[in-house]
Amino acid sequence: MEDQNKGFEAESNLQPKDNPRRDFLKKSSLLTAVALTPAVAVKAAENHLDEKVAAVFEKLSLDVTVNGVAHKLSVEPRVTLLDLLREQLHLTGTKKGCDYGQCGACTVHVDGHRVNSCLTLAMMVDGKKVITIEGLANGDELHPMQEAFIKHDGFQCGYCTPGQIMSAVACIREGHANSEAEIREYMSGNICRCGAYPNIVNAIQEVKNGGQKV
Amino acid sequence: MKQQELLNIPPLTEGIDRVDGRLKVTGAAKYAAEFEVPGMTYAVFANSTITKGTIKTIDTKAAERAPGVLAVFTYLNAPKVPGYQTGGDPSKPPSGGGPLKLFVDNTVKYNGQPVAMVIADSFERATYAASLVKAEYTKEPHQTDTSKVLDKAATPKGPRFADYKRGTPDDWQSVPVKLEAEYVVPIDVHNPMELSAIIAHWTADDKLTVYDKTQGVKSTQNAIAQAFKLPPDNVQVTAKFVGGAFGNALRTWPHEIAAVMAAKQVKRPVKLVLTRDMQFYTVGYRPYTWQKINIGATADGKLTNLVHEARAQTSSFEEFTEGTVNMTRFMYACPNVGTIYKITPVDVNTPTWMRGPGEATGAFALECAIDELADKLNMDPIELRVRNHADTDPENGKPFSTKYLKEAYQMGADKIGWQNRKSKPRSVQEDGWLIGYGMGSGVFGAGRGRATVKATMQSDGVLLLQTSVTDIGVGTGTAMTQIASEVFTGIPVSKIKFELGDSSLPPSPTQGGSMITSTVGGAVHDACVALKEKFQQLIGNGGTDKPDYIQVLKDKNIPQLDVTITSSGNSEMRNFSSYSYSVHFVQVKVHPKTGVVRINKVVSVADSGHIVSPKTARSQVIGGAIGGIGMALMEEGVIDHRFGRYVNADLANYHVPVHADIPHIEALFVNKPDYKVNPMGAKGMGEIALIGMSAAVANAVYNATGKRVRELPITPDKLLG
Repeated sequence: MEDQNKGFEAESNLQPKDNPRRDFLKKSSLLTAVALTPAVAVKAAENHLDEKVAAVFEKLSLDVTVNGVAHKLSVEPRVTLLDLLREQLHLTGTKKGCDYGQCGACTVHVDGHRVNSCLTLAMMVDGKKVITIEGLANGDELHPMQEAFIKHDGFQCGYCTPGQIMSAVACIREGHANSEAEIREYMSGNICRCGAYPNIVNAIQEVKNGGQKV
Repeated sequence: MKQQELLNIPPLTEGIDRVDGRLKVTGAAKYAAEFEVPGMTYAVFANSTITKGTIKTIDTKAAERAPGVLAVFTYLNAPKVPGYQTGGDPSKPPSGGGPLKLFVDNTVKYNGQPVAMVIADSFERATYAASLVKAEYTKEPHQTDTSKVLDKAATPKGPRFADYKRGTPDDWQSVPVKLEAEYVVPIDVHNPMELSAIIAHWTADDKLTVYDKTQGVKSTQNAIAQAFKLPPDNVQVTAKFVGGAFGNALRTWPHEIAAVMAAKQVKRPVKLVLTRDMQFYTVGYRPYTWQKINIGATADGKLTNLVHEARAQTSSFEEFTEGTVNMTRFMYACPNVGTIYKITPVDVNTPTWMRGPGEATGAFALECAIDELADKLNMDPIELRVRNHADTDPENGKPFSTKYLKEAYQMGADKIGWQNRKSKPRSVQEDGWLIGYGMGSGVFGAGRGRATVKATMQSDGVLLLQTSVTDIGVGTGTAMTQIASEVFTGIPVSKIKFELGDSSLPPSPTQGGSMITSTVGGAVHDACVALKEKFQQLIGNGGTDKPDYIQVLKDKNIPQLDVTITSSGNSEMRNFSSYSYSVHFVQVKVHPKTGVVRINKVVSVADSGHIVSPKTARSQVIGGAIGGIGMALMEEGVIDHRFGRYVNADLANYHVPVHADIPHIEALFVNKPDYKVNPMGAKGMGEIALIGMSAAVANAVYNATGKRVRELPITPDKLLG
């Protein structure tokens, strides 16, 4: 560990601190352009084309299966799973409420486990299976938890609902829905500002006690 | 049930499932930021790091050079917004000053004020570029601590805020029992789960479409039309689903105007989603309010004097006012009443209405003070309230259209087991916890405004209802569907469609002030009655009350039949005072060593007329109670006054109730119609569901511990000191 740190320091000392990789890419792409036609290169610089070229090199390839559909994507490493789902895959059922893992509105399943997609970089799900609220129902047939939320009115505005439902399904699968108190404890990462908590707990209990496969 | 029979209250039906439930549980419901528009760009703000002063220099070069950036706007280069203002009833500008105008000059009026706006082709790129904006400031001394400038508070202009006096409230000479107490409600922030968001898309030089988080598409349409000097019809506003708001989307805020400005300039659609911390700095909050209550009473508990004074914060550039002291004028029969309301400016963003605006703050003080008086008189708090029940409105002498407050007291007391409450505080202990009971009541005006509804019977037998109203989550579509089904008794609810949230539909008011079920419901009712009559005329009035509408249209060879009806309350309403009432009961347990308060039981009773949509109404009352529990026990926007900045502008540090905080909650309804307000006999319940709850909790904590906490929230430290 100590050696690794030393190595990192040594390496970073050799290079300028100001984003060396981008500078290199900018220079090389500009040089390539200059070698071809200087006029184009000037134009490219004016239009920040060098930045665009650099940006392409900064993207990483990502293979991920979302709701059973395999995606081959190219994403910036700083993109969160939440923003990937909402802005690039247009799966807006997964909600943005805080960006800090404090509200649970963005809860999805990654390889069957519930995670806050806002705290998960998209690259972390490379090779994994993601299920969002859009992938929970079986075609037109709602998942039992979705049915129970409707029956018990486990929502008002509906914005936290996808996260609550994904969390609720996982809560039962994990074996953390054995009593009202346990459900409340293990659902406390999902905030509902409208205050549908008692109805949500009723919905989870019904699904749990009904013994349906979740 | 026994109590209901006694009071001759009709049992509530279960009610129908939420009509948009399926869309909400499948993720198909589209909120403001979720509409796809080709060529989307993303806006991110860079915000002031000082509280007051001027921008000396602002360097946007690095941001402009960053990949994907289309534009960076500051006061130096932002195009002028031709008619920069907000507007639209009830989101009309406060009584004095004016809303913040972004990017018009170099002044900084509060910490967190946007000083630059970056537009880029992705959210990540815009966020990164915004971090590259560097500003230098000339700082001026600031004041964000309202408690330090209470003596500078002044009465806002206008008759609504003038001191109120009935009888001789200041004559305390012969008053046998006196009580004086001060109460503080801190800054509370709405924090709906959906972040404030807008997509602005100019479809022509003088035409645009916005998808906006707003409680009123028509008021947003008008505000944007005024700001950009456009005919309102050129501004299309869509808000199909609103992820909670609680008041923070009543106004059109500066960020919305900025997004529209930017979209025009970059000639591409712009999406702006405020971050969670920006919610604290941009879209209002319940203002810090100091209150003082003076009560005088006879030894047998008749109120003689009641004086309620409130001093609240506003911003340095805009007056925000609310009816904090108003309920004290009519809640109890008392001959001598005075109210005083003042505001004081500090260097913060402008507050706004938050669920139960004014009244929620006022009821905390009044309903705690009544509890304190009951304790002083050694009298049951319900008995004290019943002894001072106002049979007619003491403020104007008018009869109440309906009022079943006494019944509500009784229903709640029976349900929670009020007989188990010991009047002596700190006298019940179970398993090492102190147990206490408390109650508090709430009130909010019940009126009916004007709305227009188009009702269409389609050839497929679907009854389509259309109006521009939004649904911030309360179940408006569900309630309207039920109102229509009560008029068109032969049509199943599955054949009734309610279309909303679109400024091109017939106008409805902004959703707020517990007015929508009455106002829009009244118009839905009237439109349905008119459409039925039109059918009767068509078939010659001789037929059945439930004709086969599909067949009638086919026989008459017309594709559909529609009516558009504008309706509002009748003039008879002016002869009455109309209010909704709530009574909240709680049982708490308090840990004597740690000061932790847990809510054991909650019973909330609403006297809000006929309940048109029982299922969603129950959820609304439960939700309001939970909001009140948050206000009572945990919510507080904390500013570090040295820097003028929130230290808890996120959901980990601004605490709201979570699952583990909330027990099973009983929502009960008196369910007696008030036909003077509207044909359904329904009155609002959004506000009363919260108003009075924080007092109920505080009173229960006192009953459990003997400790009276007069400054919210009731955190453990205040119980241990």
